Amino acid sequence: MNKLYIFLKYFFIVVWTVFVVAPFLWALTTSFKDFQSVNGGVTYIPWVDFEPNLEGWKVLIKSPAKGGVDIIEPYFNSLFVTCTASLISIILGTLSAYALSRYTFKAGFVKNNDITFFFISQRIMPPIVLSIPFFLFLSSINLLDSLTGLIVVYIVLLMPIAVWIMVDFFNKVPREIDETALIDGCNPYQAFLKVVLPNSIPGLIVAGMFCIIFGWIDFFFAFILTFTEVQLLPVKIVALNSSVTPWWSLSASALVSVAPLIIVAFIVERYLSKGNLSGAIK
Amino acid sequence: MDLVANNLSYKPDNQYHLNEVSFNFKEGNLYTILGRTLSGKTTLLKTIAGLLTPDSGEIEFDGKNFLKVPVWERNVAMVYQQFINYPHLNVFENIAFPLKQRKIDQSVINDKVMDALKSVGLVGFENRKIQELSGGQQQRVSLARSLVKNAKILLLDEPLVNLDYKLREQLREEFKNLFSKGLADETILIYSTTDPRETMELNGEVIVLDEGKVLQVGPAKEIFENPNSLKVAEISNDPPMNIIEAKISDNHIKFEGIDVEAPQHLSKLTEDGLKIGLRSSDIELNENGHEFEVELAEISGSETLLHLKRGNTKIIVSIEEVLNFKIHDKIKINFKIDKAYAFHADGKLASSPFGGLNG
Repeated sequence: MNKLYIFLKYFFIVVWTVFVVAPFLWALTTSFKDFQSVNGGVTYIPWVDFEPNLEGWKVLIKSPAKGGVDIIEPYFNSLFVTCTASLISIILGTLSAYALSRYTFKAGFVKNNDITFFFISQRIMPPIVLSIPFFLFLSSINLLDSLTGLIVVYIVLLMPIAVWIMVDFFNKVPREIDETALIDGCNPYQAFLKVVLPNSIPGLIVAGMFCIIFGWIDFFFAFILTFTEVQLLPVKIVALNSSVTPWWSLSASALVSVAPLIIVAFIVERYLSKGNLSGAIK
Repeated sequence: MDLVANNLSYKPDNQYHLNEVSFNFKEGNLYTILGRTLSGKTTLLKTIAGLLTPDSGEIEFDGKNFLKVPVWERNVAMVYQQFINYPHLNVFENIAFPLKQRKIDQSVINDKVMDALKSVGLVGFENRKIQELSGGQQQRVSLARSLVKNAKILLLDEPLVNLDYKLREQLREEFKNLFSKGLADETILIYSTTDPRETMELNGEVIVLDEGKVLQVGPAKEIFENPNSLKVAEISNDPPMNIIEAKISDNHIKFEGIDVEAPQHLSKLTEDGLKIGLRSSDIELNENGHEFEVELAEISGSETLLHLKRGNTKIIVSIEEVLNFKIHDKIKINFKIDKAYAFHADGKLASSPFGGLNG
């Protein structure tokens, strides 16, 4: 029984690992292949199956004039837009969430839960519905095809996620902790900054991660709201595709675009293993 | 410096949490708020702390309008029934928190925190995380945090209720010691509890609260001996006082076919609808007594609680030894009728064995 259990455990771990790692391996090997090796059947081992070359990677940094697709600028555009929009969304979202969790709002029949739902409802609509209003809105304030315009739109898209996660999180932090802080001489702002916020780091990390992921992978709005001046990475990657699919440079660009998310995951994992994420508040 | 409240009412959602509560608390005294759950104890303490604003009424402290002072400037301390500490800080930092908030010198903070740790018996735990402590230790930390402030008003909201039996006994003993030391200075101590035994042991001034209303105010002994109404008698006894509908005539108390001679303090009461109150400990097993049927027998600690029935009368008897009874057993009991209380039909005390409203 015990042996069967261990066998099954490792069996599923191995299967799952293969499932997760295989696409990465495929992308990695493919990125070093040229046209012939890609079309020459299934090959995996460099130098044995095929002769690796760096063409796929070089294309990514060469300027368009030399037949490349320079992704460096879009890459930093994407990083800048995602990080800025996520940061602002987290700050605004956390503040709104705290207010929604702790204070009672009433405007006619609109109450706290309705306001929270209003935030979430922003994400219920299909993006296509939002695209035209966003387009018209940005064009009326002259922010089409600009980083600022994208940041504004991404804040609208990301803040609901932050609000949603943080309202739920703050609702689980006992009110008595805030009250104790007030009794111990904090004004409401100090109570929030010195007591509630330090105990909400797990929630902040989760909310931040979701914002970064959703911001980073967005293609749709980046595609619709930008043209020539500003380009974001997902749009640029899709633009790589031409009559002959360049699997090698597509694979290379896929790997670079996943890299930041993997780094974020590693940082969060370090926090998790410190053990101060779970059970901070009983 | 007195804490005076006038007609405090708090009525969210059209339900009274506090109903015209008035009191006059004097410095250096211990006040116990006794009431069942949801009687408004926590609401009252939070109102004093400033966490709730009453809908009407006034609170004055030291002659000044207390309602105009925000919570963080009131200099009160509060211990909750849940063990509330700051989870992101260790024991030392938790206790030092209110002092740091006042920007006191670090060396002074160190001394004060160590003193507080000593007084709650947690020396050596300074660097522990809160989550690593047991419930009792966590509650000691929050007690230490409230002591270290030298607050003028110390509020304790059922501080022992979430602890197990042994810890509760132990901590209650320590509380009593702390209070007797602390009472020498100018603190107003307000302690809320549901437990009549705790109330008697703390032996302070008692405020009996029910459905947001103050039912009786007086020293613990007075509340125990002369509860002014049926409600107070129920709240201030655990198990609640037995209430028996009886008739008194010709110097005899009659109910359910039982006929006992009335003690002197009850003999003159002849009105209708009279209710006789008798504590569960004032009934004893007796071979020659009156027959009752056992409905339930529960053993708690070294005590046996018998739920008995005869006709329509149900009573609870507590016996100071462990006895085994089965349901439907017939047993014989005797009433220590000279310890009986009498209440009017409207619930007001008619006569008590300790001389309240005699005759």
